[in-house]
Amino acid sequence: MEEKKLSWKELPECDVLEAGTSKNFKTGNWRSVKPVHIPEKCINCLICWVYCPDSAIKTKDGKFLEFDYDYCKGCGICAYECPKDAIVMEPEKK
Amino acid sequence: MPLLKVAKTGNEIFAEAMRQINPDVVAAYPITPATEIVQIFSQFVADGLVDTEYIAVESEHSAMSACIGSCAAGARTMTGTSAQGLALMWEMLYIAAGLRLPIVMAVVNRALSAPINIHCDHSDTMGARDSGWIQIYSENVQEAYDNLIQAMRIAEHPDVKLPVMVTTDGFILSHCLEVAEILDDTEVQKFVGTPPKRRTVLDFEQPITIGALDLQDYYFEHRRQVAQAMNNSGKVINEIAEKYAELTGRKYDFFEKYRLDDAEYAIVLIGSTAGTAKEVIDRLRSQGKKVGLLKVRVFRPFDYLKMRQALENIKVIGVMDRADGLNSFCGPLYSEICTALYESEKKPILTNYIYGLGGREVKEEDIDLIFEDLFKVGREGKTVNAKYIGVRE
Repeated sequence: MEEKKLSWKELPECDVLEAGTSKNFKTGNWRSVKPVHIPEKCINCLICWVYCPDSAIKTKDGKFLEFDYDYCKGCGICAYECPKDAIVMEPEKK
Repeated sequence: MPLLKVAKTGNEIFAEAMRQINPDVVAAYPITPATEIVQIFSQFVADGLVDTEYIAVESEHSAMSACIGSCAAGARTMTGTSAQGLALMWEMLYIAAGLRLPIVMAVVNRALSAPINIHCDHSDTMGARDSGWIQIYSENVQEAYDNLIQAMRIAEHPDVKLPVMVTTDGFILSHCLEVAEILDDTEVQKFVGTPPKRRTVLDFEQPITIGALDLQDYYFEHRRQVAQAMNNSGKVINEIAEKYAELTGRKYDFFEKYRLDDAEYAIVLIGSTAGTAKEVIDRLRSQGKKVGLLKVRVFRPFDYLKMRQALENIKVIGVMDRADGLNSFCGPLYSEICTALYESEKKPILTNYIYGLGGREVKEEDIDLIFEDLFKVGREGKTVNAKYIGVRE
């Protein structure tokens, strides 16, 4: 179905959008390389969680859980910052 | 209504009006000849006479950026600048208007470099004429005060929500002492009132994003809204002028007609030169010459229809521009007057004069010369390009 685009009279004034719209955009499909977690090396310091600019590191009970590939753009900051080389970047298309 | 007579310069009266409005935030950077406005105001802040948060920034680009931030956060926001400072604000001017932020700015008109010059002409604000800011020009210190008080309400009106700049002529008004009548503080507070509700970024109940990326599919609609706000502002400007007249007895319109209705020869101009022109017109009238003046006060929005009605019965009109369009033809005011009269069946003869650049003094003799030229144009027909008045040939 085609998206109904609002006319200038229907649009909220002043270029206002309700906050949190970035949630609607699955930016994970921009990725050309993806982070892969190596649990044996991981010490759960969560430096990756701190540095991730897209909040794409999910945790549970203070431990690394998984990557949120819906939003991870594959920037590689987590892999770069990881002190134990527990994250490696792999090409999306193998 | 209690009105107080004061002797103040243009800058002092701007600062005084700002004190009475008592904005939440002023963010500014000093620049000649507008420095005193925010300097005096910063003293009011230091002395605890206002509740304003004063942000001293490192440039005018930052000043307007800080104003945009504070206004988007919901604060009543004001600033002041001139010439190069206004030029440095350029990209932020468009953003303030595009985000529909009711910022009010006192601007002292000054020439733009190069060559460097600190004196009056209108090149600075004329360059910003299509930025989406409402522009109100002042003839004297009294008007500067009246315009600034009204500007706050115009800007914040729910049908408008656009930034407003109110100007004075550099040094001629900014630094010259004149007598003016001001309202008392409580009357100004009552007049400007509590700002109407807007959606702001500091609303924790209903958080919003503003200024998001807006590409081929939505940018145009948002710009159309800005155009509509500018269309709406005309009615609001008149309504607020009426309310202000009830308070002060001083009634303002988009322009002032001076001995114009039965005039055959007239000049159209903006700003302080109107005072000089009125003197000349009185003298020529006493000699039986049918001459008059139209002084433009509100340049944005421009009331084309009323302008046409005011001017179409005149035989020859000289439009005086204190800014050069550098377009090989005419100045910016001339373009607007020409457009306004195009639809008229009577089509007066129009001619354009560029004058007073960089503070070049405009004397009665110069206005006399212009009227003589208009009489000549009336007899011999019009020449095409703008003429330069007061320049050494």
